[in-house]
Amino acid sequence: MRNLNTNVVLEARKFSCRIAGKPVLREITLQIRRGEYVSIVGPNGAGKTTLLRAFDRMLTGEISGELDICGMSWEEWKQSDLAKLAALVPQADSRVIPFTVEQFLLMCRYPYMSPFATVNPNDRKVVHEAMVGTGTTPFAKRRLDTLSSGERQKVYIAAALAQGAHIWLLDEPTTFLDYHHQADILSLIALANKEFDVTVVAVTHDLNHAVLESDRIIALREGKLVFYGTPDLIMKPDTLKRVYGDSMVLVDHPKADLPMIVPRMTPEQDKELAKWRAKAREKMK
Amino acid sequence: MASQGPREDEIGPGWTIGTMFCLAALAVAWAPFWGMEHIPFDALWGGADDSAADILWKMRIPRVLLSFLAGSALAAAGMVFQALFRNPLATPFTLGVASGASLGAAVCYHCGWSFALLGVSAVSISALLGAVLSIVLVYVLTSTGRQGSSTATMLLAGVAVSFTFSSLILFMQYISDPSKSFQMLRWVMGGMRNVVGFSDVLNVFAFVVSGCLIVWYLLLDLNLLSTGEDFAFTRGVNVNQAKAMLFFAVSLMVGAVVAVCGPIGFVGLMAPHICRLLIGPDHRLLYPAALLFGGVLLVVCDTISRIILAPTELPVGILTALLGGPFFLWLLLARRRDLGVF
Repeated sequence: MRNLNTNVVLEARKFSCRIAGKPVLREITLQIRRGEYVSIVGPNGAGKTTLLRAFDRMLTGEISGELDICGMSWEEWKQSDLAKLAALVPQADSRVIPFTVEQFLLMCRYPYMSPFATVNPNDRKVVHEAMVGTGTTPFAKRRLDTLSSGERQKVYIAAALAQGAHIWLLDEPTTFLDYHHQADILSLIALANKEFDVTVVAVTHDLNHAVLESDRIIALREGKLVFYGTPDLIMKPDTLKRVYGDSMVLVDHPKADLPMIVPRMTPEQDKELAKWRAKAREKMK
Repeated sequence: MASQGPREDEIGPGWTIGTMFCLAALAVAWAPFWGMEHIPFDALWGGADDSAADILWKMRIPRVLLSFLAGSALAAAGMVFQALFRNPLATPFTLGVASGASLGAAVCYHCGWSFALLGVSAVSISALLGAVLSIVLVYVLTSTGRQGSSTATMLLAGVAVSFTFSSLILFMQYISDPSKSFQMLRWVMGGMRNVVGFSDVLNVFAFVVSGCLIVWYLLLDLNLLSTGEDFAFTRGVNVNQAKAMLFFAVSLMVGAVVAVCGPIGFVGLMAPHICRLLIGPDHRLLYPAALLFGGVLLVVCDTISRIILAPTELPVGILTALLGGPFFLWLLLARRRDLGVF
């Protein structure tokens, strides 16, 4: 574990959010320091994405409590100033974007551009570096909606780089990707985090990945913060039970010190599966 | 397979916009001399024939200028709404501006109002009020909801308001006597036939220019909004403010045009798409192209509509739809690449 400095970039104090009367986040209190790699985990509907978007001021509904971004309340930030510090990286979804990768990345210089200015050489340089850093140069001239999910995710990360953001808010960055591209994306994020001191906050469903990559883990359940701490502390049966209920068991990881979780099977399910396998084997013969 | 970016043998966007500018200048310069009566060039500076100079200065030139302004405004509005709603079928009338204006005009004809205020006719004033009413209605309905104003809700609210107003217009037509109901029908077809002198042109000009300047100021925001609201937000766009400014600027601009010319369909849907096919999706280039192309398109259509059935004239809305529909289809089918549609 790295030595974490005490420079707090994101801080929530009793932060709550209700959407259409339904509480989505309940009195969240936490601090994220500069350069940390923090994963947000929890079951579906736990409020993970709402919390992530809150860090970029994307809030709807009734808000109470406080949320500071780099030492200033979220309400006082101007979005174009915040964009120079923080960027949200969405899932590599299939939305249609008619621009080429290069055009798209140049558009990400928005917070540095005035309405009538043309693109200046510095913008081009930053975008070029972002493309080289993420390995997106080969498809610079292609339209974004002709890319595969993996390529598209790299472009979205390049966008955060081009924007100059040092807080990356990633929403399930590896969903929709195959194992090869998952590893690619994760190493890209880890590199930015370790070499360039980028603060990473990532929503993920993959707790096994999260414990290996992260400095700290945020676990949410029904909008409440049920765990916030280092990865070794979450991989305990009673902690996991508080997050996911009874559905998981811990097993030893073949290579790492930390255990990993797999879905639990009841003895009945186990018998059922054995029977089914036997039948399938019969058929094969 | 979509394109791999601009090919090298392709004409650059600068040349395309340059060509459009020349075409626009040519169209605006030539169109006034065409029509039921041929006007000699020397009518410009008085010339031999007083009535020819009169026709040229009091009718033809204002009419051509108004057509150009209306075409530009409709094309710009269509471009903005298509980007904002990320929907290729969005038009300047999506938020119910046209039906609101038509309802205003229908009420005016039904009641037989015939006053004029500052040179603006009663029909135009009530049409503008109707347009404003529909914009405010759609905006208030969708932004007071629990979730804030989502563009999808806004789109649907616009359609719903349009349908409601359209049935109210049908009702007005039904209860009015035949001559009034024909006036209403003729108004709904759109056209520039009532233009005399420059007062209408100047009124529309004020609205269109201020609307256009606001859109121009927000072109970078519009580029990002066309990739999705969350993207725009995280890139630093003040999404709600930009959306509200664009909605009101564009709707008022269209409201002013519709109030004078009636709802002219298809220009606002077609012109931005054709320009997107020629120029690409970058609004900083697309916008001047759409303004020029929309203007030229309506000037040409209006000139043809003056000539083709002389001595009567064809409502220009019928012509834009007749010419535009097939042309648009041809473009879609002939150049499948790079449709640039959201």
